[in-house]
Amino acid sequence: MGGYMADFMELIKKVEATRPSRVERAKKGDHFPALTMEQRQEWLNEYHPDYKAEGRRPIRVGPNKGTVVPEEIAGLLESRAVVDAMRVDLTNIAYSTDLLVIGAGGAGTAAALSAAEAGLKVLISTKLRHGDSNTVMAEGGIQAATQEADSPYFHYLDVIGGGHFSNEPGLVAALANDAPLIIGWLEGLGMMFDKEADGRLMARHGGGTSRKRMHSAGDMTGAEIMRVLRDEAGNRRDSIKVLEFSPAVELLLDEKGGAAGAVLYNLETKEYYVVKAKAVLISTGGFGRLHIQGFPTTNHYGATADGVVMAYRAGVRLKDMDSTQYHPTGAVYPEQNVGLLITEKVRGLGAHVLNADGVEFCFPLEPRDVESACIIRECLDRGKGVLTPTGRLGVWLDSPMIEMLHGEGSVRRELPAKYIQFKRYDIDISRLPMLIYPTLHYQNGGIEINEFSETSIKGLFSAGEVAGGVHGRNRLMGNSLLDVLVFGRRAGIRAAEYSKSCGGANTLSLRHVVDYGKALKEAGITNPVVAPMLLPDYAPAHVKARQYSF
Amino acid sequence: MSDEKKSGRIKPLATGDMTIPPAGAKMIPIYIMGREYIVPETLTIMKAVEYAGYKYIRGCGCRGGICGACGTFYRFIGDYRLRAGLACQTVAEPNIVIMQLPFFPANRPSYNLEDADGSPHEMLRTLYPEVFKCVGCGTCTRTCPMDIDVMDYIALMKRGDLKGAAHKSFDCVMCGLCASRCPAQISQFTAAMFIRRVFGRHILPKAGHLKKRIEEVLSGKYEKMLEALKGMERDDVKRLYVGREREPDMAVAGKWMPKDREHL
Repeated sequence: MGGYMADFMELIKKVEATRPSRVERAKKGDHFPALTMEQRQEWLNEYHPDYKAEGRRPIRVGPNKGTVVPEEIAGLLESRAVVDAMRVDLTNIAYSTDLLVIGAGGAGTAAALSAAEAGLKVLISTKLRHGDSNTVMAEGGIQAATQEADSPYFHYLDVIGGGHFSNEPGLVAALANDAPLIIGWLEGLGMMFDKEADGRLMARHGGGTSRKRMHSAGDMTGAEIMRVLRDEAGNRRDSIKVLEFSPAVELLLDEKGGAAGAVLYNLETKEYYVVKAKAVLISTGGFGRLHIQGFPTTNHYGATADGVVMAYRAGVRLKDMDSTQYHPTGAVYPEQNVGLLITEKVRGLGAHVLNADGVEFCFPLEPRDVESACIIRECLDRGKGVLTPTGRLGVWLDSPMIEMLHGEGSVRRELPAKYIQFKRYDIDISRLPMLIYPTLHYQNGGIEINEFSETSIKGLFSAGEVAGGVHGRNRLMGNSLLDVLVFGRRAGIRAAEYSKSCGGANTLSLRHVVDYGKALKEAGITNPVVAPMLLPDYAPAHVKARQYSF
Repeated sequence: MSDEKKSGRIKPLATGDMTIPPAGAKMIPIYIMGREYIVPETLTIMKAVEYAGYKYIRGCGCRGGICGACGTFYRFIGDYRLRAGLACQTVAEPNIVIMQLPFFPANRPSYNLEDADGSPHEMLRTLYPEVFKCVGCGTCTRTCPMDIDVMDYIALMKRGDLKGAAHKSFDCVMCGLCASRCPAQISQFTAAMFIRRVFGRHILPKAGHLKKRIEEVLSGKYEKMLEALKGMERDDVKRLYVGREREPDMAVAGKWMPKDREHL
């Protein structure tokens, strides 16, 4: 079953035919012309899924009432609680802590480490295992202006331009300014960065960067960051306690409306635990598993927008929830790899994107949304996509030219994880191109925060993919790993200051949940879904048809 | 716009995470913890288990081969060989008998990374004395779903070649399958984590340019520049954005310099 089928091998000959001249031009620094700002907008309007009217509607309740978002998100926000708020015994407190961190990916763990450094007791609640997150899956790198030819000033411009100037300027400035500090922090924690012999950090371009500032650890940068942070948290068991398979399902507020804890749910014993905390951080990650508009996703199993749902019910405003990032290069072949992320590093290393004729049709390093629009256009409008046996369309990503640009063995060296993932199906990506199509990758919007990761609720913080505003309506490669660490660290530091001075709650309340239920009724929403969703449901129809119980 | 698109003949192609079995896909028997299910061929073990109707709580994470949540042992009926793989990456073939191992207890002593500066090899001996009792059977290497030569990196560790061990173990996803099969009761993957951090912290040379940049950031050098950008009209920022100079692809780091050096 391995390898490409014969008709794909025929098509790949067209890619091979154009390759020598393309490589020659690439060596001279000559590349396919990038779109102008006007063309970018035109392409986006015409081809990007975010810019289409269908599949969207206004939210009918809550702080963002009237905002138009994808159907999947509106439905999830207009939802009823998992627990019966009246039945939860809020005096039966299972855990008491200084900081409760909800979600143990990069942001949550960075916050926990920072808060613990500042002397706090931290409780981490997480739905799956410690580290199960999109952070683990980020491959290509982390941006930071560490090189002489670069500075936070240029990083800022790249971020805000990539986001079409819709980002929160204060958040962008914090991101760019802290970036070198984060790299230094990781270096001190023993992260194995890709370095030159003299210790210089290797740096590459990513889509939309003006300077080479992508730092990496092979093609598993996120996995390396996550395992280092998790390991360090493991060395601080006296101050950081982790509860796995115990997601939060509801926030708790105090008598003054400040954050005071959460209700956790043990997925295995089906118990609910009341947690009292002086400060709470929501770092639950993104929403890829909602499969907006039916797209496959690169996201991990737990990416179901739980934090957004809980915060919204408690009255926190969301921003840009209608903005979704489709990563331009998700695998569409073989079927087992569908949705799998092909890191942007492949294009950063010089690989071209080619249509069924083996011909270039766009600059390979446009901002992600623009690059996605270009690929969708080539497949759906110009009819130049390659059709797979399972009815998916894709275009070629010419990885073998990396060998010609950077020397024999460079694919295996620079992209070890990708190399293995295709090798399993007998496809050697150092010799043969990959077939790709945009895939749902990132929640651009989220919970509104300021540059200290504070939300509108006192004592409630948010950081990472669940929060919005940092990247505006489009994120550049390498800025999400940076985002989770910058705002995770900031949240931990701020939460430490806050929890030392706030005194703590007298009483715990779920009244906001009861009130939200009433608002649903008043809005005429009679049969709301239950949320947080916690886990996606992939049971096929033939199984569901036989699930006869109540 | 093409006629095809206008007429709406091209349907949305994507279908979430559900696999579309190829037309006329063959159905095959698989055995989940011994119980038979009939599923289409070509699915990964993970998708086959879901196709059978299971909903994962444990044993499923990134679904992309990097998180290590879905380590799995399997055999084929009539074949004595025990095999191992990641459920999200291994294709289920006819008569496969599957048992996932979502968790395995590992030895993982706490340590202070800063203490590992002087003699990390001694520290390894203190923290993980069992590493030095490796019997060299090679079961770990045969078990590793990432094709890491686990036994070899354990040998390098024993010898004190921490650089070699760090690099050789780098692809580890910490699924724990190696530890589950080790007759010497070694937790290879946690010992390797310790070694990689020691290598990254104390052996890999520090980045001089980073140190300098951190000092600049901490001195507040960029605050004014960033304040100015924050306060700027959108059109002015746009102009600066469009006018950015792009570092050439083949430029050597630390050598190439932009024309605008005022903002460095």
